Amino acid sequence: MNKLPEAEILLPKLAAELKARVTPATAMIGLYTGGAWLAERLHPLLGLKDPLGLMDIAFYRDDYAKEGLKHDPKRTKIPFEVEGRDLLLVDDVLYTGRTVRAAMNELFDYGRPRSISLVVLADRGGRQLPIAAQHVGAVVEVPKGKRLRLKRADNGKLSLDLEDAA
Amino acid sequence: MPPNPQLNAKGELQHLLSIEGLPREILTQILDTAEPFAGVTEREVKKVPLMRGKSVFNLFFEASTRTRTTFEIAAKRLSADVINLNVAVSSQSKGESLLDTVANLSAMQADVFVVRHGSAGAPYLIARHVKPHEHVINAGDGRHAHPTQGLLDLYTIRHYKKDFTRLTVAIVGDVLHSRVARSLIHGLTTLGVPEVRVIGPQTLMPAGVESLGVRVFHDMRAGLKGCDVVMMLRLQNERMNGPLLPSAAEFFRNYGLTAEKLALARADAIVMHPGPMNRGVEIDSPVADGPRSVILPQVTFGIAVRMAVMSIVAGN
Repeated sequence: MNKLPEAEILLPKLAAELKARVTPATAMIGLYTGGAWLAERLHPLLGLKDPLGLMDIAFYRDDYAKEGLKHDPKRTKIPFEVEGRDLLLVDDVLYTGRTVRAAMNELFDYGRPRSISLVVLADRGGRQLPIAAQHVGAVVEVPKGKRLRLKRADNGKLSLDLEDAA
Repeated sequence: MPPNPQLNAKGELQHLLSIEGLPREILTQILDTAEPFAGVTEREVKKVPLMRGKSVFNLFFEASTRTRTTFEIAAKRLSADVINLNVAVSSQSKGESLLDTVANLSAMQADVFVVRHGSAGAPYLIARHVKPHEHVINAGDGRHAHPTQGLLDLYTIRHYKKDFTRLTVAIVGDVLHSRVARSLIHGLTTLGVPEVRVIGPQTLMPAGVESLGVRVFHDMRAGLKGCDVVMMLRLQNERMNGPLLPSAAEFFRNYGLTAEKLALARADAIVMHPGPMNRGVEIDSPVADGPRSVILPQVTFGIAVRMAVMSIVAGN
């Protein structure tokens, strides 16, 4: 099996790519939990004037009727006006696209952004919705029956990890 | 022991009937889930699509404006459809039985029944007879329980005091007739509050209340000493001048919360009341409107707590 890319090596490259695209209207939102970890690392590298926004899409999921509320959700905190902004939406792994769909729906309940760009550390394919990321750390092939997720060590270091899909 | 009628086979909350008998993990799950819903209620768009397509039936066999309204707001903010039935003045008066009423509503594709009833246990009876995908939330049954009020009180206490395990909480007034007091006592003891006190005249204390794990005080001044939280109960008008109480004025003198009595509690103590308040009977206006009163935040938190309860049960 191929080795997984190193999150800590992908991170500065991704930050440099984003830095070149920053406008005065740019603001960042991380999706709990992995996307929030990644965004917390990227945000200070871009020199954005607004604090980082954090979002939990639990109330916008499309599988509530089947699954219910699976875990205790966190509070979404967006400490800036969404209206007219260029938003960088940050998640750890892009897979089916359903989380991103839910996040966009939630965002529009805060206002009408000028643009939303999707930033992910890893794209593992397998899309079920017409969604693509504009900024991708790495494309990763994931074996069947496995789940790719971001882990954060006690010292704050990020790493990609494979685990058995539930 | 029979299985808990509130939980499904996986131990998840299927109906909310009473705080009594719910494990600490479920109480904490509800409070934790209410927290982000409180965030939703602060937004300009105070609505999430979670329960789109679900129907919530407010089934009130006993009059209540406030509780019914907060359930209605909660359901609407979850994008559910809400149907309000004031059953007291419709089918029941025509002689229909409780279960027939529910069977008829169930045929209209209900997902959640919010039930307020004058008789203790009515929501249990309904919960035993609904279909597996239908959920019952007790919005107050007789003197027995009012779990969503108890949960919003717990949420309020946690919001202001953070840690339950070092608190002294006093519940003051007509404990005997109060389903609010009973629900709150069960919640506080389950969540590890080391000292729960009940304060009131002997005639308004249920016999054997100590068995719930509370300390009983008949002297309000002694009972308030060192309290972090003071929860005042409503003295129902119909009890005044009855056999249990000499007069509203004497009740106020002994058990009404005044600034002078509140000064005996801790300097950062909060004052709560489930509403509606009788000013000058159980609580003095300067206290009710004072800086330590969290009575109006309780109402706001109540919506988030009811959103949490509905979305948890309807998803299980």
